[in-house]
Amino acid sequence: MPGRVRIKDHWNEQRIFIGRTFAAMVIIALLTVMLIGKLAYLQIVRHEYYVGLSQGNRVRLEPIPANRGLILDRNGQILVDNEPAYQLELVRDQVPDLEGTLQRLIRIGLLTPDDLDQTRRTIMSRRKFDRVPIRLRLTDEEIGRFAVHRFEFQGVDLQTRQTRHYPYGELGVHALGYVAAISADDLEKIDVASYAGTTLIGKLGVEAAYEYALHGRNGSQEVLVNAEGRAVDQQGAYRPDLHLIPATAGQNLILSIDLATQQAAEAALIDKRGAVVALDPGNGDVIALASRPGFDPALFARGLSRDEYAKLSDDEDKPLLNRALRGAYPSGSTIKPVIALAGLTDHMVDPERLEYCNGVFHLPGSSHEFHEAKHEKHGPINLVDAIAKSCDVYFYGLAAKLGIDRISSFMAPFGYGQVTGIDIGGEKPGILPSTEWKRKTFKKPQDVWFPGDTVNLGVGQGYLLVTPLQLAHIAGVLSERGKSFQPRLVTAWRIGDGDSKSIAPMPQPSVEGISDADWNLVIRGMVGAMTYGTAAAIGKGTAYTMAGKTGTAQVFSLAPNARYNAKDVAERLRDHSWFIAFAPVEAPRIAVCVLVENGGFGASVAAPIARKVIDAYLIGKTTPATGGGTT
Amino acid sequence: MREELQGGAARRTLSATARLLAALKLDGALLVGLGLVCCFALFVQFSASGQSLQAVLRTLMRLALGVVVMLMLARSTPNFLKSLAPWLYAGGIVLLLVVFVLGHVGKGAQRWLAFGPLLRFQPSEIMKLAVPMLAAWFMHERPLPPDWRTLLILAGMILLPAVLVAAQPDLGTALLILASGALVVLMAGVSLRIVAALGMSAVAAAFIGWRFLHLHEYQRQRVLTFLNPQSDPLGSGYHIIQSQIAIGSGGLFGKGWMNGSQAQLDFLPERSTDFIFAVIGEEFGLLGVIVLLGLYLFIVTRAVYLASQTNDTFSRLLASSIALTFFVYIFINAGMACGLLPVVGVPLPLVSYGGSSMVTLLAGFGILMGLYSHRKLVGT
Repeated sequence: MPGRVRIKDHWNEQRIFIGRTFAAMVIIALLTVMLIGKLAYLQIVRHEYYVGLSQGNRVRLEPIPANRGLILDRNGQILVDNEPAYQLELVRDQVPDLEGTLQRLIRIGLLTPDDLDQTRRTIMSRRKFDRVPIRLRLTDEEIGRFAVHRFEFQGVDLQTRQTRHYPYGELGVHALGYVAAISADDLEKIDVASYAGTTLIGKLGVEAAYEYALHGRNGSQEVLVNAEGRAVDQQGAYRPDLHLIPATAGQNLILSIDLATQQAAEAALIDKRGAVVALDPGNGDVIALASRPGFDPALFARGLSRDEYAKLSDDEDKPLLNRALRGAYPSGSTIKPVIALAGLTDHMVDPERLEYCNGVFHLPGSSHEFHEAKHEKHGPINLVDAIAKSCDVYFYGLAAKLGIDRISSFMAPFGYGQVTGIDIGGEKPGILPSTEWKRKTFKKPQDVWFPGDTVNLGVGQGYLLVTPLQLAHIAGVLSERGKSFQPRLVTAWRIGDGDSKSIAPMPQPSVEGISDADWNLVIRGMVGAMTYGTAAAIGKGTAYTMAGKTGTAQVFSLAPNARYNAKDVAERLRDHSWFIAFAPVEAPRIAVCVLVENGGFGASVAAPIARKVIDAYLIGKTTPATGGGTT
Repeated sequence: MREELQGGAARRTLSATARLLAALKLDGALLVGLGLVCCFALFVQFSASGQSLQAVLRTLMRLALGVVVMLMLARSTPNFLKSLAPWLYAGGIVLLLVVFVLGHVGKGAQRWLAFGPLLRFQPSEIMKLAVPMLAAWFMHERPLPPDWRTLLILAGMILLPAVLVAAQPDLGTALLILASGALVVLMAGVSLRIVAALGMSAVAAAFIGWRFLHLHEYQRQRVLTFLNPQSDPLGSGYHIIQSQIAIGSGGLFGKGWMNGSQAQLDFLPERSTDFIFAVIGEEFGLLGVIVLLGLYLFIVTRAVYLASQTNDTFSRLLASSIALTFFVYIFINAGMACGLLPVVGVPLPLVSYGGSSMVTLLAGFGILMGLYSHRKLVGT
């Protein structure tokens, strides 16, 4: 056929069509094989892998917070436990009108307009299906008010959560510590995974030091979730086996604290700034540890506003300061028994030899006058009486004779200038001065150690700084004639109501090289203080033998030759009042240190407190218990 | 005697069915295949929709509508379809332009035309049938294989609606329109050299398009995440990853009907529409998927057979295009669910929930069966 004109060739068309159909079927077969190959790869070869992925997809671990361990006193009285508290929680996803809901909460007085911004921010920062606490610790009255209006608040409800409960409020707060919301700093110190679900963490005292024991182990529960992360009971017929690992409650800690004694100490310190530490010198157990003023630990568990915290931290009386462990003060005359021991041990003093006290001491070749604190003239006086009557002139002379470095190295084994190693944190070591120390601390060459510094140290003034805990420990060392144990608050622990496991006391190196005769002399002086000396009024009528030593620490240095008159000095500049004691003398069971800031003369302020504490411990309570149990 | 009588009765019943089918211009084998797939689809949809009977009822209603359309189209003769083709095409283009101008916004794309509150349909669905019809009509009187001029005009006819649909943007449907038109051309016997040349220029166009065209961000993302789904596991890669987890964790036998955790717990996105294949893979396993693919292949094979039995050009081209496009649907959807292909919005034919696609598909099969039934029998 000529030219390019083409006509339809039906036969050819059909042939091509059949060919193409055949080719199409081959291609379809190939593609299908490819598809099934890929499916077989996913569903057979990689099956296990994808099963794992799909498991992880639909099951989420929800933490179950462990109940925090309880804290008990030595007799099993509960000092800290947990209690359920009601809080208001909101789920944004279920709230039809968030703004209106918040406004209505303000109207019924469960939120304040000031809270609004913060609350809104908190809610919006969480996922829309999370339960967001918007008010903690509701009062009964608030719970009632919410219950009445509940129908208006879709998506808001009351939830009970365990929070920390301190049945005695401020009692022993500096020993027990408190809990508060986990901070960013805390997160760096803890295993974050094991704290999933925990909201509160120990911040001070036993709560912080024994956090690892109290916290327990959080459990977990697998929950079925959908892709939005929302927990669902089941979806369709799909209902998997969900595992639950129950939480293990924290250990219950048994403290050496005796509730009645602690209560006596706190009661005696009421309205004062000061501290009481009572130890069992036979094992280091802390019988009472009080620091006043204190604060209510529940505030921290509930959450403090910035203002509330500022109010506490800016308070002139420093309620947040643990004076027992962190308050460092000049020791005052409580140092005298140790200076006496130093003199006796180094044979620098004849105990029977009478020194003459005319109320003033001069260093040889100096006109500087060192006065008796109370401007007394003791006349001729021996070592025992000098301790009992707290004769400054006697100890000015003895200290000058011993010299600073001998005194310093003698005092160190008693625990001056170092932490006692108590089992809660934050302890300050105080200062045990020496020529070396002064040279390092004061860089100027003219600030060398002066002989006058040594004279002052003889009566516990000047550079020496001690904490109440340290002095209680030293009182214990004196009572046990050199033996001592590391102070401790926690003596045993138990799980639930199970058998308690005791923790062995930790002996410390004894003070060596002091003869029994010398110990006896010094203790006789301290007994004398309670019978005919400075604290005779306090030692009267005890049912036990008691040894003590008063102390009065100057807050500021008097101008040379000036006289101190408490009435003329502003309250905050008055002397600190000290008292250390132990009893019974033959078989010591308690060693006490009392400090009252700006209390004035030790015998009149601190000593009566010590007496009350020792009475409470040795012969039963003398002050009515407030807030709970008795022993 | 008795057995013979019974056998005769059976034969009479059979022939009664055959007579009915013949009267309705339907093909029994193809109907059985379609019916099985639709039954299967109802079970899967019940599970994938979270046990929603309402969803199943809606599907049944669509199915009924589809069957009515199928019955009507099965009765139409090839000549009627030929005369309908240009008008259907022209009407479809107009509707596409209307959608383009004032289209109803649905899922961020302009695809729908709403006639009252209940009836919404996608004009692009019309083009899935109108394009192969027009292409077959355009070629049936011309000598085949088509020459260059014919091919150019055909290319314009196919690309115009495809581009309009792609601009909606609905890449999946545009692809299916393109496929249905291209399959007509391929079956018409276009030389393989031209096919190869076109393929190469398509690759080049794709490259240029990627570099210079204003592709929608989500389209660009889909291609990128197809290449590496892990690059954005919670974003665009999420679909592919979750779908593969669903299929892979289904294993050989599946987790059981309504027990697919991926699907039931909402991890699998678009589980009752574009990703329903993954639900099948998860709940019925590889065996279930093979059974479904087997049914599909049976339908395709039967449809291709019916197409090959027709004996005029128009019927052959249109019928085979309808049959093969059905496979294109299956392959794109299944391939995308198991990660062979990028995510493209192509439904699993007859199984995916919703939309006009079920009606369109049944309409196509109605046309196909009508073409077969109205074939000129040799010798009559």
